[in-house]
Amino acid sequence: MGALVRKGAEAALYGATWHGVPVMKKVRLPKPYRLPQLDRDLRRSRTIHEAHLLNDAKRAGVSTPLLYHVDVAHATLIMEYVDGPRVKELLPHLPRGERRQLCHRIGELIGRLHGAGIIHGDLTTSNMIRRPNDRIVFIDFGLAEYSTEVEKRGVDIHLMKRALESTHYRHAKACYAAILAGYAHEVSPAQAKDVVTRVQEISRRGRYTGS
Amino acid sequence: MNPSPPPATPLLCLGVESTAHTIGLAVASSTGDILLNINEAYAAPLGRGIHPREAAQHHSAVIPTLLRRVIASLDVDLAEVACIAFSAGPGLGPVLRTGATFARALALWLDKPLIPVHHAIGHIEIASLMTGAQDPLVLLVSGGHTSIVAFGDGLWRVYGETEDITLGNLLDVFAREAGLAFPGGAVIEALAKTGRTFVELPYVVKGNDVSYSGLLTAALKQLRGGTAIEDVCFSLQEVAFAMLAEATERALAHTERTEVLVTGGVAANERLQDMIRSIARDHGVHAYIVPKKYSGDSGAQIAWTGLLAFQSGVRVEVEKSFVKPKWRLDQVKIPWR
Repeated sequence: MGALVRKGAEAALYGATWHGVPVMKKVRLPKPYRLPQLDRDLRRSRTIHEAHLLNDAKRAGVSTPLLYHVDVAHATLIMEYVDGPRVKELLPHLPRGERRQLCHRIGELIGRLHGAGIIHGDLTTSNMIRRPNDRIVFIDFGLAEYSTEVEKRGVDIHLMKRALESTHYRHAKACYAAILAGYAHEVSPAQAKDVVTRVQEISRRGRYTGS
Repeated sequence: MNPSPPPATPLLCLGVESTAHTIGLAVASSTGDILLNINEAYAAPLGRGIHPREAAQHHSAVIPTLLRRVIASLDVDLAEVACIAFSAGPGLGPVLRTGATFARALALWLDKPLIPVHHAIGHIEIASLMTGAQDPLVLLVSGGHTSIVAFGDGLWRVYGETEDITLGNLLDVFAREAGLAFPGGAVIEALAKTGRTFVELPYVVKGNDVSYSGLLTAALKQLRGGTAIEDVCFSLQEVAFAMLAEATERALAHTERTEVLVTGGVAANERLQDMIRSIARDHGVHAYIVPKKYSGDSGAQIAWTGLLAFQSGVRVEVEKSFVKPKWRLDQVKIPWR
């Protein structure tokens, strides 16, 4: 199996070698808490889904790990090993200017995904890695989907915003503003405005919002 | 060696819960004991939801009886109580105002400080007290909340929540539409135990968020299409809880906390408990579940949280003690953690 690198919520990541190349094996292990039938369907469909979307994201101009092999029967993806810190660990330690640049860049990349009809579905700073060459790699497309609806784009940005507010509350406002600026730079200010308006609506939809 | 200081007299807080179905009075002690916990629930007629005005009328009708029971209790002398806490929100306006009016009157009569308590913080604090959880990721599941939160820098931070209706809502509305008795959760749990055939229902997880409104519609459609109610209840529970378990697991992996705490009314459901315990085992973290006695709404959660707040200097003047029907959990400053 290789050495366990990280146990995520959805999958375990193992460092391994595949035809002499160091790789990351992403295995969607069965969840004992889930009904077996439901569990099988989810692991299978998400594995196939992620494989498609990792490639389509690249076509949209967003770096994702190279995909080497898909093993649907074992809900396993064999991917390039991406070196570098996650944005989650990186963000708090950056000087303000660099942090803003990084967030602006993330906003552009989200904009590229959305522009290509891709919704990431789980935008958090845990799912972004910075390579030694400073490139940002998006990972974990298990909840991603194809859509150009403003609603889905809005939920995507809403999740990103909430991840900032919960995990990076000290920098949340500035980071969110920079992400939106980057996003608007990529998709067109008019489209960005529609999405931002929708994000505000989505936040209000939750329970006990307002005064 | 200095002699240890004499033990200080424990502080007592009388708490008034009144946000939805339940009216409750309780007394908590700074020793961590709940000396008294008396609760009465308003039951809506079968097939109907809670009517805020009728619930408020029910509560104001039973308050005198509850207060007499507190006074008659041998455990507590009202004059010894240090403060009066009340559920200031969130909840149904008329119900909140009924409880608040009573608490204000009591505070003025006894000349004691009045402490506003956020109902959901109450669920978290009573669960922490009863289980010993220190700094957990909290899964709060009740009629009013479906939230995954953790504490950071003075506030509870929301990592995930429902994007539409709550889990308690989902179960209650399904039960009501199916003609089952209130509270729906317990009846659905019992029926689900005899269900065997899984019917496919929409499973919607978005990051650490869940969405239940489509699930409710689909489950009701199955029921009306003739699927056995046991099978619908079974499938509904499996899908609704697995969604939340997955969202919790995601938040757990993201926050890297070492404890997970489940609280609120739906925490009493054994299938949900099993799922969260399974996740905790898998990630090597400790799972804490609020004892059943304190899972539903009660005066105890308000009394205990009120005491914590009182000890940190939280007060509200009677003139300014407005209720907040939409008070958000992540906006409450927590000086005691």
